[in-house]
Amino acid sequence: MTSATAVENPGRKVQAQIGTPMFAALATGVAVLFYVALALIGNEYLYFSGYVVLQFVVMATAWNILGGYCGYVNFGSAAFFAMGAYSTVCIYSIGTEYARSGVGKILGAIPPPVLVPLLIAFAGIIAGLVGLGMGYLTLRLRGVFFSIATLALSVVLQTLVVNWDFVGGSRGAYVIRPNEFPLLPGGFIAYLFVLMLLLVVVALTLARGIERSRLGFGFTAIRDDELAAEAAGVPTLRLKLIATTVSGALMGMAGASFPYYIGYLQPNSAFGLEYAVNAIAMPMVGGTQSWVGPLVGALLLGSFQQWATVTISSVLNLLIVGLVLIFFVIVAPNGIVGLVREWRRKRVLRKAVRP
Amino acid sequence: MIAPLLHVTGLSKRFGGFVALNDVSLQVAPGERLGLIGPNGSGKSTLVNCMSGTLVNDRGRVQFDGRVLDGLPPHRRAYLGLARSFQLPRPFSSLSVRDNMRIPLLYTAAVRAGRQRAENEIRERTEELLRVVGLIDKADARPIDLTQVDMRKLELARAMAADPKLLIADEAMAGLSNAEVDDILGLLMRLNAQGISIILIEHIMKAVMAFSQRLVVLVSGNKIADGAPSEVIRNDHVVRAYLGQ
Repeated sequence: MTSATAVENPGRKVQAQIGTPMFAALATGVAVLFYVALALIGNEYLYFSGYVVLQFVVMATAWNILGGYCGYVNFGSAAFFAMGAYSTVCIYSIGTEYARSGVGKILGAIPPPVLVPLLIAFAGIIAGLVGLGMGYLTLRLRGVFFSIATLALSVVLQTLVVNWDFVGGSRGAYVIRPNEFPLLPGGFIAYLFVLMLLLVVVALTLARGIERSRLGFGFTAIRDDELAAEAAGVPTLRLKLIATTVSGALMGMAGASFPYYIGYLQPNSAFGLEYAVNAIAMPMVGGTQSWVGPLVGALLLGSFQQWATVTISSVLNLLIVGLVLIFFVIVAPNGIVGLVREWRRKRVLRKAVRP
Repeated sequence: MIAPLLHVTGLSKRFGGFVALNDVSLQVAPGERLGLIGPNGSGKSTLVNCMSGTLVNDRGRVQFDGRVLDGLPPHRRAYLGLARSFQLPRPFSSLSVRDNMRIPLLYTAAVRAGRQRAENEIRERTEELLRVVGLIDKADARPIDLTQVDMRKLELARAMAADPKLLIADEAMAGLSNAEVDDILGLLMRLNAQGISIILIEHIMKAVMAFSQRLVVLVSGNKIADGAPSEVIRNDHVVRAYLGQ
């Protein structure tokens, strides 16, 4: 088993040779411990703020698959997040508006705890397909031009949603979250938290698996030099489409349960600037070259924002994120992970010089 | 006569009103060493780019190993055994020298062999190739720490990793010292001895003359000479193009 995975996923260096299934198991273990710790504290507010931080871990990890590994900066993360959220609103509305007819009746009859995971999967498919479509339309553009195209996609989708009455239009839509959830202490919000925790495990396992695989090396080649990558046999267009699809799908999944979390979804909040900005800032601050970077960046910036919202101001949040981002771009362009690696490398070199 | 490995017929390429290539035809036999020369801006690199698929030719046809290449993206042409090195070295800068080799091994070489190499096979092949070009001591260095000549060696090693039938070396020696030119030239000769056809694009006449079995001359997008090197350089058109009149 271990040797088989080692062959399929050649490690980048001699790094700790933990196979992907083993990593998934470890990550799940850590997630369970994390949940148990919160449950023992027993403060419901922690689920509310924890949910947001975890959601940003997924967003940052998803952004990094395209932005960090392939070097294609996506400014339209909010569009994918919103697509996930609005696919949920759409299904939810079918369940409530057409409660008497066929499909609506079935949807309305599914209990929310079963429905939400299905909605997350559905959002993944929808956002993944849109990611694929966006890829086809925009990936022939490079650098800044690609980024501007993603920004445009975001505006187009928001305009579409604002003018689509069925999902609430500009007024917004209510999605009623049940209060209770019998299996977990903490109620339905704790359940949403656990689902998001699972999604984090999926996203991190995926990102790490990609990084250590043939696909990941192809992505790196694309980021470093696309022309040389093609010459070396990397099917660049296909790989970039894989990246936009996976990245988009994960972002959509991160947004799918958001209407249940927030209760009342407006286009302005779903397409909020904070998603686009955070999805870029968090990997940049953490480091874009490995799966650890977005995780660290999202945990740090996300927690900080949660703390700042209640202590300083909910409006100043993004300003602070912007300042931190500028600081890192100038001082540590490879993020926190890059700083740690550099420090380690220097220590090894120093040891080599003076044994 | 044996069927040519590469057969270019009537290739034309325009950039707006500028004719970069005008009805160029040429052939390369299996195992042949062809020199391609011409003044700056004569269309040598455009020709290379059209053959390797980086640019799409407006007219004409490129046949390689019995297959028509038109419409195939560069990576598909690489899978058929057509490799190129770039005029300015284009290493994957965030990967070590060793991992630079991994890209063609994971992609082109794997497709050409019809199977994926195991991790230890990749390591062996990488070290074998780095030893051939003389970069084995720098296997773990970053491309940014390499000298010009080492960068060009990496470029060639990466092209070789793809197990090509034809290697197009686009100015692999520009800016190198005499000793370094000989170094690279020896390397190309050894590759050729293994049966790989090579197109050498070069300005350094000494190297081209020593290397080529046949010489093709491009001037302003037109092929003006094609033949034995000693005859070609005596050709009036060629002399006029290079020295003026």
